[in-house]
Amino acid sequence: MVRYTGRRLLEAVPLLLGIVTLTFLLLHLAPGDPTTAYFNPNIPPDVIEQMRRNLGLDRPLPVQYLDWLRSFFTGHFGYSFSQHRPVAAVIGDALPNTLLLSAVSLVLIFVVGCAVGIVQAVRQYSALDQALTVGALTLYSVPGFWLGLMLILLVSTPWVSSWLHLPISGMTSIDHEFMGPWGRALDRVRHLVLPVIALGLASAAGVARYMRGAMLEVIHQDYIRTARAKGLSERRVVLRHALRNALLPVVSLLGLYLPLLFGGTVVIEVVFSWPGMGRLLYNSILARDYPVVMAATFLFGALVVAGNLVSDLLYAVVDPRVRYGEGR
Amino acid sequence: MSGAGAAGRASGRASGRPSRWLDLLLPGLRAARAGRASGAAVLGTWTLLWGLLLLRGARVAATFRSGGVDDWVALATLALGLAACPIAARRWLEAAPREDAGGSRAAGSGPVDWAAFARHRQASVGLVLLGALLLIALLTPYLAPYDPNAQHAVVATRFLPPSAAHPLGTDRFGRDVLSRALYGARISLSIGFVAVAIAVSVGTLVGAGAGMAGGLADTVSMRGVDLLLSFPRLVLLIALVALFEPSLALVTLVLGATGWMGTARIVRGQVLSIREEDYVQAARALGFGRWRILTRHVLPNALTPVIVAATLGVGNTILAEAALSFLGLGVQPPTASWGNMVASGRDVMLHAWWIAAFPGVAIVLTVVSFNLVGDGLRDALDPRHAAGLR
Repeated sequence: MVRYTGRRLLEAVPLLLGIVTLTFLLLHLAPGDPTTAYFNPNIPPDVIEQMRRNLGLDRPLPVQYLDWLRSFFTGHFGYSFSQHRPVAAVIGDALPNTLLLSAVSLVLIFVVGCAVGIVQAVRQYSALDQALTVGALTLYSVPGFWLGLMLILLVSTPWVSSWLHLPISGMTSIDHEFMGPWGRALDRVRHLVLPVIALGLASAAGVARYMRGAMLEVIHQDYIRTARAKGLSERRVVLRHALRNALLPVVSLLGLYLPLLFGGTVVIEVVFSWPGMGRLLYNSILARDYPVVMAATFLFGALVVAGNLVSDLLYAVVDPRVRYGEGR
Repeated sequence: MSGAGAAGRASGRASGRPSRWLDLLLPGLRAARAGRASGAAVLGTWTLLWGLLLLRGARVAATFRSGGVDDWVALATLALGLAACPIAARRWLEAAPREDAGGSRAAGSGPVDWAAFARHRQASVGLVLLGALLLIALLTPYLAPYDPNAQHAVVATRFLPPSAAHPLGTDRFGRDVLSRALYGARISLSIGFVAVAIAVSVGTLVGAGAGMAGGLADTVSMRGVDLLLSFPRLVLLIALVALFEPSLALVTLVLGATGWMGTARIVRGQVLSIREEDYVQAARALGFGRWRILTRHVLPNALTPVIVAATLGVGNTILAEAALSFLGLGVQPPTASWGNMVASGRDVMLHAWWIAAFPGVAIVLTVVSFNLVGDGLRDALDPRHAAGLR
């Protein structure tokens, strides 16, 4: 296991280096630079030139690249043009919020998805199964930003808002500072509800579809019949014997859904004014704030690589065959 | 003559006398009465086209006076559809023997089990939905009640709720939401198809190249694919689009450029296994060149899973385009796309919900139909799935 972990960690290094290089190339080979934001006939060209020099944009590309590489080893991502403070500080404010949003979503995606899939598989071809199949198929195709807006619309209608008070933007209420510790926690949770649903529902539907298939494949096997023949309760057969093997392929879905999840945060954070990485990336792109865009794009890539690593390791934990490498 | 003929004759006798002119007047009716969905689909198309011609005749006639490309495309669709319906009804619906419920699979029919596909209820629903969508998109100039960008008397006609005059209401500029949603379908579908065509071509090229070449080239290109797959697609998309001036062509290109990696992996895997097949060895022994072996022997056999990926890919691409346009980085107003329509309704959602709501419904319907067809194709390709796991 240690050797396997070490190998997978080593494999991630060139990938991360590639991500750094690609983000750099992406932003420097494209036309336009940060000074375009200050385009104004009243600013004489030599002032623009001075700005370029101050920002270090006049240096040859390889030098800028080395500088960019060095900044990653030192953890100093440069200076944000638009917010006038270090990129590390800007990212440091946003990253935890995105991690909170995605982690909660991820847990719910798999818990809800697996639960629905299991129910469907156990009651195969029942009316409930068919309704859930159609529902999952539809939800799987719903764009997150639209779902978010419709949820906002729903909780804003008078008859819903009369019994359900859910905040529709931000992470905390205005009077958050004046609440007690429990009040604060509850406030956080209430702000999480809508973004988490909008972010995770489509993926949960995908997991449910997959889980149903995986469960059905397992549930007709001989050892399940044996378990039933032993007189075990159906509950124990399904949750202990069948679920363990059915979960194997579902664990590998984790790596598949991570990029989707992080991509989704961009739109969802914009919709719900969630102060995370996605909204930061979006705002920085509009402001042509290069250092922040590069750092954010890199971090999104790094998050996916890290997530894939975790999902591979998790898979190796649950499936010993991987660890003892069949050809891998 | 088996099933279909007998059923057709029986129903013909019931309705009076069996006649050829009934097929011309209402093609597909006999098949529909025999309980075949394809008959109903043909009949429905026929009715829609004639209804359009009769109700919107003036609009159709305007094509000859002052029609743009859009109008002529719609006219061609109309004419072709009207010609195709009776032919389809005679040639294909009546002649083909009716499939038994447990119809056996014809030997040597290729890797796609079409009978399984036809029996797959979800896939059939998806196919009908998709066909209707395509038809609607092509006929939009005749179907749309208003010009998508016409603002009429803005102050009097803006923010009108759904009504008979404006079935889906009007937006903040007094433009008809239904007309815009219909034109948006053309934009979204064409972007989806073209972007996926680009993605599949690039993916097939890279995958086949890597698979055939092997060695260092294979390793390097697949590491590149891994690298690109490490970015969330939307992040890559907005990073790319934002650097340039947004335009239709750019959005399509960028969507294609970020969607080929999956195809490349699939094709490479296929090529690696097909490369070792006997018939490829035989072709090699015969002294055929690599290019000929690749294009004639390997690729045709590698493409079926690509078709599935492409079908599902169109749905995903439409979702990605909608998200981009929603963020204001995709299709730019005033050109209508479902994504930017939702965005334009966002600020006024609480008193004019229809502006943001209906385009979203259109997105969901479109993506659902592509997913249904894609799933159906996958099941038809994979006998294990068709057997009972669906």
